[in-house]
Amino acid sequence: MKKWTNKLTGGIMVGTTALSVVIIIAIIVVMFVVIIIGGKEQISWKFLTSFPEDGMTKGGIFPAIFGTALMVLLMSVAAVPFGTITAIYLTEYAHENSFLSKCIRFAVKTLAMVPSIIFGLFGLGFFIKFVGDGMDHAFLGGHLKWGQPNILWASLTMALLTLPVVIVSVEEAIHTVPGSLREASLALGATKWQTIRKVVLPGARSGILTGTILAVSRGAGEVAPILFTGAAYYLATLPHSVSDQFMSLGYHIYIMSTQSTNVDQTLPIQFATTLVLLMLTFILNFTAVIIRARLRRTPK
Amino acid sequence: MKEAKIKIRNVSFYYGTKLALNTVSLDIYANQVTAFIGPSGCGKSTFLRTLNRMNDLIPNVKITGEIIIDDVNIYDRQIDVVNLRKKIGMVFQKSNPFAKSIYENVAYGPKINGIHNKKVLEEIVETSLKRAAIWDEVKDRLHDSALGLSGGQQQRLCIARTLAVNPEIILMDEPASALDPISTSKIEELIFQLKELYTIIIVTHNMQQAARVSEMTAFFYIGELIEYGKTKKIFTNPEKKQTEDYITGRFG
Amino acid sequence: MKVASEGDATFVFEKSVEMDNEPTNFEEPKEKLIPQDKGEELTSDKKTRGLVRGTYRFTADSLKKKVRLSEFISEKVITGVAFLTITIIVLIFLFVFRETLPLFRQHSQKVTTTAQVQEQYGSDEGAGRNAGNQEVYGITKDSITSADNSRETIEPGNNEGRVIFPDKATFKGLWGKEWMPVSDKPRYGLMPLILGTFKISILAILFAAPLAILAALFSAAFSPKWLREIIKPAIELLAGFPSVVIGFFALMVMASVFQNFFGYSTRLNAFVGGIAMALAAIPIIFTMTEDVMTAVPESYKEASLALGASKWQTAFYVTLPAATPGIFAAILLGIGRIFGETMIALMATGNAALISMNPFESVRTLSATIGAEMAEVVFGDTHYSVLFLIGSLLFIFTFALNAFAEFYVKGKMVARFQGRIA
Ligand SMILES: Nc1ncnc2c1ncn2[C@@H]1O[C@H](COP(=O)(O)OP(=O)(O)OP(=O)(O)O)[C@@H](O)[C@H]1O
Ligand SMILES: [Mg+2]
Repeated sequence: MKKWTNKLTGGIMVGTTALSVVIIIAIIVVMFVVIIIGGKEQISWKFLTSFPEDGMTKGGIFPAIFGTALMVLLMSVAAVPFGTITAIYLTEYAHENSFLSKCIRFAVKTLAMVPSIIFGLFGLGFFIKFVGDGMDHAFLGGHLKWGQPNILWASLTMALLTLPVVIVSVEEAIHTVPGSLREASLALGATKWQTIRKVVLPGARSGILTGTILAVSRGAGEVAPILFTGAAYYLATLPHSVSDQFMSLGYHIYIMSTQSTNVDQTLPIQFATTLVLLMLTFILNFTAVIIRARLRRTPK
Repeated sequence: MKEAKIKIRNVSFYYGTKLALNTVSLDIYANQVTAFIGPSGCGKSTFLRTLNRMNDLIPNVKITGEIIIDDVNIYDRQIDVVNLRKKIGMVFQKSNPFAKSIYENVAYGPKINGIHNKKVLEEIVETSLKRAAIWDEVKDRLHDSALGLSGGQQQRLCIARTLAVNPEIILMDEPASALDPISTSKIEELIFQLKELYTIIIVTHNMQQAARVSEMTAFFYIGELIEYGKTKKIFTNPEKKQTEDYITGRFG
Repeated sequence: MKVASEGDATFVFEKSVEMDNEPTNFEEPKEKLIPQDKGEELTSDKKTRGLVRGTYRFTADSLKKKVRLSEFISEKVITGVAFLTITIIVLIFLFVFRETLPLFRQHSQKVTTTAQVQEQYGSDEGAGRNAGNQEVYGITKDSITSADNSRETIEPGNNEGRVIFPDKATFKGLWGKEWMPVSDKPRYGLMPLILGTFKISILAILFAAPLAILAALFSAAFSPKWLREIIKPAIELLAGFPSVVIGFFALMVMASVFQNFFGYSTRLNAFVGGIAMALAAIPIIFTMTEDVMTAVPESYKEASLALGASKWQTAFYVTLPAATPGIFAAILLGIGRIFGETMIALMATGNAALISMNPFESVRTLSATIGAEMAEVVFGDTHYSVLFLIGSLLFIFTFALNAFAEFYVKGKMVARFQGRIA
């Protein structure tokens, strides 16, 4: 008797938990499918390579793609070295239990948890109003150039947000470099820095790559940090310098779906833009997952 | 008997509060092979690693006593550990070639020492590989990955890599323990030849190996040096009971 | 065979080699150093140059400590850069908080007379938020009350007692129940925003937590290894969905579907927003829960299985309780994510600052308020400062949540595992 109820409870438990998995995966699939169906008609080479027309009710999304690409490029230039160095510090220089390394680890975790909109506020308060205004007053006699939103400030803001992504990936990769190789290098009379440069970093290359890809994917999709640090509603030209504003895919989706005068008419464009952004982040994430899986599989 | 190359005086070593070596003293002579034997965990590796200060890398360790090589106490504050390690090479139990080409593995040491002249590097690589008795096996594929070599070849490559820095003393921690008999005998032959040029200290679990390659043998037991003397004597007529028990395989 | 005797083979050579200083030594050795009677490998040395063996002695001089500039600099730079992460956290707090300072300053000055206030009214009627308005910050509570009174006599239409002074946010005002920053008589009551944020967070976590935890339990305890290796990355894929994409999906698809299904009147509401935010929180909760569940020592599970417990009993009575603190932390992190989520809130919640318990009414969250209004405010005015104040609150809240999850929960987890093993 008891065995029978036992089996039933077990069946129900396994059933419910399995159902949860199915529900979650179903949601993901539905989102994918709906967005693909909604956007695939609109997607064409022309759509990807031309400018918006007629008050953004027609035409393509080239400036948004270009702006996103440029922004994540600038962002990576800032975030990847910075994050890699921090990861090197944490793995190679910090004593595991020292107060400083605990603080840095906590700071990294906090940075990963801070709401993205806060980064936007920080970008506005620090980069634009403090650094930018300061530069204008110091070098341009108060002429407004840097003290306003632009792609540089947006990229730097985004770099702060993606920093933990890079740090975590690189740290993980550095941990896969066997200690015996470090010992071999040091025993040959290499200094610590030589060992890091010639043995540790080459061993962590794929981790740095994964970190960069994940950071780019994250940065390409985030909108809140650039809402008021550099993204523009519509620009007739591409940004010429880092002090220009830029259009971005995510911001474009947000604007088109909530603020445009003709939401229904532009629905295909919105779906298509969403599809482009989703595919972009999806492909990037997928690449990172594969590289990472391969990295984990290699024997230590 | 000539003057000792390395004079170890009352060396004690602690991992945290755990005593791993207890007042060890012995002399090691140049151009000889000195073997350290003893049961697992008795502190052989620890002792070996005090000689090139590799233990400095482990947090919370403490060493007391003196280790004098030629004229200098290597734990003196004025000593440059990096340069010291250039003069005292080390070969590890598990071969650990870098994930680079064979050539790059051997050239690694010279390169970090600032040698970038291609011709010189090539010579060093060739000489080192020859001395490590692996040249003939790899001369046609110097630029292939070192990870493609067999275990025994990898270990000899690691020896070549050590030789390329031109050390005076070579420390080997069970260099053949992970190898098959043929590779092992190759390594032994190599050690035998290399001692003409270098002072070699080898840790081994293999009694026959110690007897075959070494002139002097030190027997350790739970952090203490029990007996030290000529290998022949240790293996035929040990003074201490513990040594005899270990050598005859009664424990350990 | 070669017989080695002690103390043979001493060679005297012309030059000792110190690689560090004289790399060129390798090029022109005067003597070949390899003894004649060596094996083949060694005699072949003769044909090559390099690796000259000499009479090197270890001396204090040759091993003198070297100052390596690159070593020193790299260590300092690396430490400095790493330290920057801490600096960034501090800077974020300082600079977000700095922009709220004008709000505090108004309490420290007691100058303005009622007459000035009246005057200020005049200019404030239209688009009153400009730099000139800064003067008005010097208003005391008393004058505000009087101003309110006078205002009410002027304009009888606005008769709510809790209404605060135009374009002013006193701390009492911040507790108000109305958020109307852009009006003739701006009100900065945060109550509806705070309640709205809580409402949507509760809705979202009620949906996300059970689903994610159960899924994690399946993945960690019941699924075979091959299945687990599919489930995990598949669900983590959800973490890669940009929130603007989830927001868009909620706005365009979910909102309509739910409306048709439930038949409520407001298309965008807390329910839609909550579910959409749950989608953002699920991967976070799932991953962390799964990790702590797999981290439960195998010995626990084996002990239970050995006692004859079935797989599900082990999962339910051993794995789940052992992982509780970690699951708790996972939920906290999920809440943190939901709390700060901006784009989904902006797009899918309707953004009406109502105070209501009905899940099918619109809400406006704290973060969405910042996102929606910051672009339109005048730098430096009260509205601007209040938005930064909201930012500070969000920051402090997530910081505290993270600190709590990190120290309290992790400490408990460690104590639990070690306590049982010991
Ligand atoms: N990093 C470390 N931290 C703490 N204790 C250590 C560490 N390394 C070694 N020990 C301890 O010091 C003692 C000596 O270790 P050591 O590795 O020197 O032994 P061994 O003689 O080389 O053994 P084996 O023959 O197994 O290699 C052992 O009890 C070991 O547990
Ligand atoms: Mg050992």
